[in-house]
Amino acid sequence: MKLVTAIIKPFKLDDVRDALAEVGVQGVTVTEVKGFGRQKGHTELYRGAEYVVDFLPKVKIEVAIDSKQLDRVIEAITKSARTDKIGDGKIFIFDLEQVVRIRTGETGKDAL
Amino acid sequence: MFNQFDLKKPLGVLGVVLLAALPMLAFGEEAPAPATAAPTLNAGDTAWMLTSTVLVLFMTIPGLALFYAGMVRSKNVLSVMMQCFAITAMITVLWALYGYSLAFSTAGMAKGVVNFASFYGGLDKSFLKGLTVDSLQGTIPETVFMTFQMTFAIITPALIVGAFAERMKFSAMLLFMGLWFTVVYTAMTHMVWSGDGGFFWDMGVLDFAGGTVVHINAGIAGLVAALVLGPRKGYPKTSMMPHNLGYTLMGASMLWVGWFGFNAGSAAAANGSAGMAMAVTQIATAAAALGWMFSEWISHGKPSVLGIASGAVAGLVAITPASGFVGPMGALIIGAVAGFGCFIASTKIKRALGYDDSLDVFGVHAIGGIIGAILTGVFVAKGFGGAGLGEGVSMGAQVWKQIVGVAITVGFVAIASYAILKIVDMIVGLRVTEEQETEGLDIASHDERGYNL
Repeated sequence: MKLVTAIIKPFKLDDVRDALAEVGVQGVTVTEVKGFGRQKGHTELYRGAEYVVDFLPKVKIEVAIDSKQLDRVIEAITKSARTDKIGDGKIFIFDLEQVVRIRTGETGKDAL
Repeated sequence: MFNQFDLKKPLGVLGVVLLAALPMLAFGEEAPAPATAAPTLNAGDTAWMLTSTVLVLFMTIPGLALFYAGMVRSKNVLSVMMQCFAITAMITVLWALYGYSLAFSTAGMAKGVVNFASFYGGLDKSFLKGLTVDSLQGTIPETVFMTFQMTFAIITPALIVGAFAERMKFSAMLLFMGLWFTVVYTAMTHMVWSGDGGFFWDMGVLDFAGGTVVHINAGIAGLVAALVLGPRKGYPKTSMMPHNLGYTLMGASMLWVGWFGFNAGSAAAANGSAGMAMAVTQIATAAAALGWMFSEWISHGKPSVLGIASGAVAGLVAITPASGFVGPMGALIIGAVAGFGCFIASTKIKRALGYDDSLDVFGVHAIGGIIGAILTGVFVAKGFGGAGLGEGVSMGAQVWKQIVGVAITVGFVAIASYAILKIVDMIVGLRVTEEQETEGLDIASHDERGYNL
């Protein structure tokens, strides 16, 4: 099993959610986050005073999947979140040791 | 407001009435006594002045309070609103006790005579003595005139709040405003608007609605306060972004609307002069808003909400001294020059000189006021569609008078404001502690928070 974490542009969230649903992902956790990468921040200007905003708003999505789904999930996120401009985000993939469904106590792939 | 051109009109009317009375005298009929020409209450004038008074009060609360509140950081939003509101209350009381008398008592004044009464009024109208339901000032009740003038006395100190925002002690602010109102504001009003014998009035300085009295006055006091208090902690390196520019735009809009009371109300009558003041106010404001917006667009790449709102206020300021004197095209030029000039003052010059006039009271009000005051001397000319220069006064002479008026205002206000700030500093101290400044004045000075979200 894998845990896929992706940092994306906020306005792409709906597209990514639809793309994930299409490849059979059952659940997604979404968090509003801030950060910077190569895009850096941006500057804002108020009556000539320039302020550098270091951290830009992004959305973090987390999905737990069967390892067999991994390639399709990565492709779905990549295609749907891409704008070809700097700041599109990143995908991080982790091995997932165990999953438990709280309601039933099911574990492993059954709990996904 | 009691400008010299307006005064000529009643005199002209008086002449016509007397001429008309002559034939009657010749026929031995009962001639109307000259006393009939004494002003009587005019319902139209009174209605307009009641309305104007409300509009000008509305400029300070909530207009100016919102305009300023949006530009500070969220931890200081209540402090600037509180300062505007408290000034409104305090000045009202001081105005009733002695302010109106110091500003508008004409005791001891005579045309062409320069004496103490040319600078400060007497105390004979203290506690509003003699103000009854029947008292008249021109064609309106003196109660209305007194209250209308009170709203000007309120907004002028409130404007200064922007210069020392986010760092002044509340007690020091109140004390400073009380003293400043007493020493500086009443004198400026008296010199310009109290009539024959007033220092600027006799000089022939044109100031229809308060370019010197209100805007240069507040702008210079603001600059001095910003310099004496010193910059906010972390200025200019720390980010000090406006926390809610929506407030600022709403406040600017209220100022724009309220300003019709300020300028058109300064005709002290519902007449053609008021109508022209209204028209030129609208035109100059729009031109200045565009002037600032395009200047910013060209120099920084994007037009901003704060920019267009600031430009509108700059235009309102600049047209204030000119509003009863210039025509629509003069207003257009005054507005455009003010939009560009105040943009340069508030963005480039302030940065270069490094003083922390937090919300640009100097850059907008002093610079806008000076541009307006000087250009009034140009565009008052008939050739530019204005009301016309005084008899035997050339444009150069009028512009020179305007410059001298500005220079005396700047000098007097700067010195007096500096002295008052030093006195207040000795008595209560001007600034909050560094810790309180970091925490924000809402909590530090008022034990309240603007937002509990």
